[in-house]
Amino acid sequence: MLPDPATLPYLGMPGYFHLWLLTFVSFFVFGSRVLRHVRVLAQARPENRWDHIGKRIGLVVTNVLGQRRLLDEPMIGVAHLVIFWSFVAYATTFFWNLLRGLIPALAISYPDDVGWVAFCVQALGVLGVIALAVAAVRRYLFTPVSLERSWDAAIILLLIAIVLLSALAGAGFRALAATGEESWRPLGGYLAVIFASLGVTRWQAPTLYLWTWWVHMITVLGFLAYLPYSKHLHLLASPFSVFFASLEPGKMPSASEGASQLEEFTWRQLFSGLACAECGRCDRACPSFVCGEPLSPKQFIHRVKELVLASSGSPAAGNGKKFLGDVVRPEDVWACTTCAACMERCPVFNEHIPLVIEMRRKLVAEGDVQPRLQEAFTNLGRYGNSFGQSERKRAVWTQSLDFKPKDARREAVQWLWYLGEYACYHPALQGITRSLARTLRSAGVDYGILYEAERNSGNDVRRVGEEGLFELLRQKNTATLQQARFNNLFTTDPHVYNTFKNEYPDLNHGRHPVSHYTELLAILLECRQLKVARKLPYRVTYHDPCYLGRYNGVYDPPRAVLKALGMELREMPRSRRQSFCCGGGGGRVWMEETGEAHSRPSESRVREAASLDGVQYLVVACPKDYVMFTDALKTTGLESKLMVKDIAELAEEAVTA
Amino acid sequence: MAGNVWVLAEQWRGQLSDITYEVLALGKEVATALGVDLQAVLLGHEIKDLARSLGEANSVLYLDHTALATPVPETFAHALTFAIRARRPHVVLIPLTNVNWELGALLAAELEVGYVNACKDVRSEGGKLETRSLLYGGKMEAIVNPGQSPAILGILPGVRPTDQGRADAMPPVEELTVDLLETSSIRWKRYLEVEAGDIDISKQEVLVSVGRGIQSRDNVALAEDLAGALGGAVCGSRPVIDQGWLPLSRQVGKSGVVVKPKLYVAAGISGAPEHVEGMKNSDLIVAVNSDPQAPIFNVAHYGINADVMDVLPTLTEAVHSRKEVKKHAA
Amino acid sequence: MKIIVLLKMVPDVVEELELAADGKALDTEFLRMIANEFDNHALEEALLLKEKYSGTVTVVALDAPEVDDALFTALAKGADQALKITDGDGTLGTRAGAYRLAQTLSSVPGLLPADLILTGAQAIDDLDGLTAPLVSHLLGLPQLAIVTKISVDTTAGVATVLREFPGGVRGEYEVKLPAVLGIQAAEKPPRYVPVAKVRAAMKSQAIQSVPAATAADGGVGLLPVEEMSKPEVTEHAQMLKGSPEEIANQLCEILAARGLL
Ligand SMILES: Cc1cc2nc3c(=O)[nH]c(=O)nc-3n(C[C@H](O)[C@H](O)[C@H](O)COP(=O)(O)OP(=O)(O)OC[C@H]3O[C@@H](n4cnc5c(N)ncnc54)[C@H](O)[C@@H]3O)c2cc1C
Ligand code: SF4
Ligand code: SF4
Repeated sequence: MLPDPATLPYLGMPGYFHLWLLTFVSFFVFGSRVLRHVRVLAQARPENRWDHIGKRIGLVVTNVLGQRRLLDEPMIGVAHLVIFWSFVAYATTFFWNLLRGLIPALAISYPDDVGWVAFCVQALGVLGVIALAVAAVRRYLFTPVSLERSWDAAIILLLIAIVLLSALAGAGFRALAATGEESWRPLGGYLAVIFASLGVTRWQAPTLYLWTWWVHMITVLGFLAYLPYSKHLHLLASPFSVFFASLEPGKMPSASEGASQLEEFTWRQLFSGLACAECGRCDRACPSFVCGEPLSPKQFIHRVKELVLASSGSPAAGNGKKFLGDVVRPEDVWACTTCAACMERCPVFNEHIPLVIEMRRKLVAEGDVQPRLQEAFTNLGRYGNSFGQSERKRAVWTQSLDFKPKDARREAVQWLWYLGEYACYHPALQGITRSLARTLRSAGVDYGILYEAERNSGNDVRRVGEEGLFELLRQKNTATLQQARFNNLFTTDPHVYNTFKNEYPDLNHGRHPVSHYTELLAILLECRQLKVARKLPYRVTYHDPCYLGRYNGVYDPPRAVLKALGMELREMPRSRRQSFCCGGGGGRVWMEETGEAHSRPSESRVREAASLDGVQYLVVACPKDYVMFTDALKTTGLESKLMVKDIAELAEEAVTA
Repeated sequence: MAGNVWVLAEQWRGQLSDITYEVLALGKEVATALGVDLQAVLLGHEIKDLARSLGEANSVLYLDHTALATPVPETFAHALTFAIRARRPHVVLIPLTNVNWELGALLAAELEVGYVNACKDVRSEGGKLETRSLLYGGKMEAIVNPGQSPAILGILPGVRPTDQGRADAMPPVEELTVDLLETSSIRWKRYLEVEAGDIDISKQEVLVSVGRGIQSRDNVALAEDLAGALGGAVCGSRPVIDQGWLPLSRQVGKSGVVVKPKLYVAAGISGAPEHVEGMKNSDLIVAVNSDPQAPIFNVAHYGINADVMDVLPTLTEAVHSRKEVKKHAA
Repeated sequence: MKIIVLLKMVPDVVEELELAADGKALDTEFLRMIANEFDNHALEEALLLKEKYSGTVTVVALDAPEVDDALFTALAKGADQALKITDGDGTLGTRAGAYRLAQTLSSVPGLLPADLILTGAQAIDDLDGLTAPLVSHLLGLPQLAIVTKISVDTTAGVATVLREFPGGVRGEYEVKLPAVLGIQAAEKPPRYVPVAKVRAAMKSQAIQSVPAATAADGGVGLLPVEEMSKPEVTEHAQMLKGSPEEIANQLCEILAARGLL
């Protein structure tokens, strides 16, 4: 018989007495620390995240239990999956052990006494140790960008290793001490052989087993107390953070005056800080960070964590530094393109963009807006476009067409074409706009435009934090749309697409579906309303615009068009949900360059495209992309290697004989 | 006798400004048309010698007073009002620069007569004056017939070529003694010279801007030479800044600085919308580009279809030699 | 410190300007009026002074289309009071406008004396005068134009003022208050005021309307415009031709003619 660690006396008191003491201390420290965090969150603004419970549970299943996003980086993803599950197993047996240890009178066996449980736990333990080794090697020898080789990380890895190894060793000593009846526990038995060969006798084994049991329990109890202030708070917080994730990640935070201090953020925004695992995935995906802009989404979240911890340490803490201004600099806040790459990757579903938006709103409310951006705002308010051009010039692009597009304000049309300001005003894009106008006409699409009544949709204005101006634009646009007569709406601009689709309730409730022109082209090609006169023998690659792809999941129609036109598509390494922003979103086109960056996202992107074998065209489906990438081809000297083409141009080329 | 045509000879820190000659040239035409004399009026303290350079005028009226040693606009207005009341000219032409910016309006108010601002031309036919003013940022011209006498007219720079107003003759100089009280409410203190450090290109009157067509860092010196000759500064398009050939503070355009100089020379710049956004409102744009189709020519007032490497040095040379000539003439 | 800002609405030249049927004025149909850019700088300077020395800022404007927007924006930015002089349609010339402003300032109780009266150094429609010197003359106050910086010694009642001169040189003056200053550029670019704040100002604050005292003709009558016309716009640059030397000489002529050499 093995000794029962809980009933044996130590220092004159029975084991369970010590266990009670330790458990009490550990749980008390843990509980009070967690409570402090919760109290801080309670000071924050409310935000309802209790809707659609079913969906939320689904999220937890795929992303906590299934660890889906971690698998985006396969090697460490699998390792983490293993560590996670062995952790779950050990957590379960720990509580089982604890229960049994605290109340020896309870007539249940220790988990290790149950054969299949012991087997599973031991198997996971071994895999876990291997996975930990992989994680350690990655972190310390092949350190990826934005992963820190911190003490905290080392302590955690070590603690987990101790937990796993102590349990495994315990199993070995058990097997050694035990009679033949336990020999079917293959791992324990195998370890027993090893221990025996190291000279451990059967008589020593029970004592050693006792010690490993205690080491295991004390380590876990210590871990528990340590957890709430460590980076591995994510162990505890991440299931909640996934459960309370935003179900519409592209959605803007609800109306606010912006945020610059704790109470002005919502609890979920602050919670991001606590859930962060400091894994650096967001940084590695962030176009601004990668190019050396003064923005690191990870740091950003970390600052929020520090904000929470500082306040949970002592209530009115603060070292006189302003959170927005000194800790988080306005430059950081302005550098975000709102591309959502960070949010798409973050394994714990942290919400970077809402934080950025809240702080931008604050800066805007305080009038802390750089001159160029101010000018854009003024132009948008006054002329409805950021180019500062008269609205009467909005339709100049139609002048060199040999027909006049219908005016949807005057006559009813099937399709209302909302162009967006780039397609209307930018000289480099007007030709493409005409291409689309001709192509759709040749397909017999009954469409019309709004001429000078079209205004900026406000998508980017909103993302810059000028909510009032967005509201103004939305009101005016909604009124204009109400006067127009049309069934469906399509747009050239993914930014317009996003906000019309998701942020113009009147438009949607008014049963006018919104499409992107690539969706329309895909349908026209599919039902042969648009006939391809000649297949285009090009090898091309396609760039997914943030606001079409990640924001709205439109990945396939543009590809379907390319295919229907006869082109061979080569995907870039970063495509679809991992697409890499051109750098022009979120109002970035209206801002001055700070000079801190060492390159531009658009340059990184055209290099990526140019590295594909034999690819002639970088195909785009967003007017801003066209401008950003043609410029980047110039600055990278890749003009001779690659050209930027809009899907509309290619469509026209293929349909005209 | 109808009154004469007066031109206020603008002097600043003891030097006559170029605009003085431009306005003299205009004044001469007007005086001739009206059949009267052209008189230059010189205000200041101990600057009588400047009269010698005012040969275009039939005579020079000179007001010397210690109070006129420093640029207090009201004192100048009082002095000029006094002179006008004493001599009753028919037309008073005031050069409109930041030296005498508010003078015309002040004068007209004191004399209770009309004032026409921002004249880009003045003509006279059959004894009637007709002025043409530039309004609304140059988008409109207004023709006005100032009926009253004296007609106070503020004249924009560039009405006539500077050279047209220079003459070698030594005009008779007459001094008008004026009794002036220094105004007690405005006290002149000092000039603050331009601070060292990198210049703010949005404040420059002349900019020579280089684009990718300049081809190398070394060639930027060609633009610097020209800018030096013209008394301006160098700036550039984004690729030039990206290359590190010029600092970021010199970038013109969408993600740089918006400029509105009197002269913008675009050398080897294609004229992309992002660049044009930052300079399209310049008063005078001269583009040099080897591509006759370059869009910059749609924005520029004058175009030179040639290699920048040829044009810049030649132009610098020409500017220098003209300055030489001018110095000799003075 | 009490500061009055005179604000004027001018046509927005982003819009294509059209001529009225008689060819003597702008067609008002498509005209969009915006606050004069330099007056915005004057307002900014006033607000900066208020922040620095405390006091009040009152904005006074002649009636014109869209003037309410401009005044509410001023209130949202931090002005304390906004005054609109009615009975006008925004077509008064600068001189008559200044006359009317000066009359109103002296007749509406509580406005004068003010320590500073600030306005833009210029406006794109200044045909017959400049507001700052005219108002200063009418009120008998000292004035300076093209001002880029003001600092005030409130106890001594004097301001140190920087005025622009050629080539980036600035002149420093000491001006006894009260005074009228024509602002060229505020010390900082005019601040941004979010739309939400302007809307809030429209709800919570009011513009005070005061009727103009008498017909304004500036004492000398309005300057009659004989004719207005659009200068010819060149869509394409005029190309200079010849050998490099010839081109250089042609260009020198052009520059000299514009006073740039
Ligand atoms: C969001 C965004 C913001 C931007 N912001 C800015 C900005 O602030 N400022 C800016 O400038 N650009 C900006 N750009 C870049 C802009 O679109 C253009 O790429 C850039 O202005 C081109 O610079 P360039 O004219 O010098 O070069 P190019 O377009 O390459 O033009 C070079 C020109 O030089 C001519 N040339 C070549 N050799 C000679 C020779 N020997 N003699 C004479 N001519 C010669 C060529 O014919 C050509 O026209 C921005 C772009 C984007 C997308
Ligand atoms: S949204 Fe894009 S730019 Fe902004 S922090 Fe996230 S990854 Fe970076
Ligand atoms: S925010 Fe998310 S992706 Fe970024 S470091 Fe934290 S856990 Fe990783």
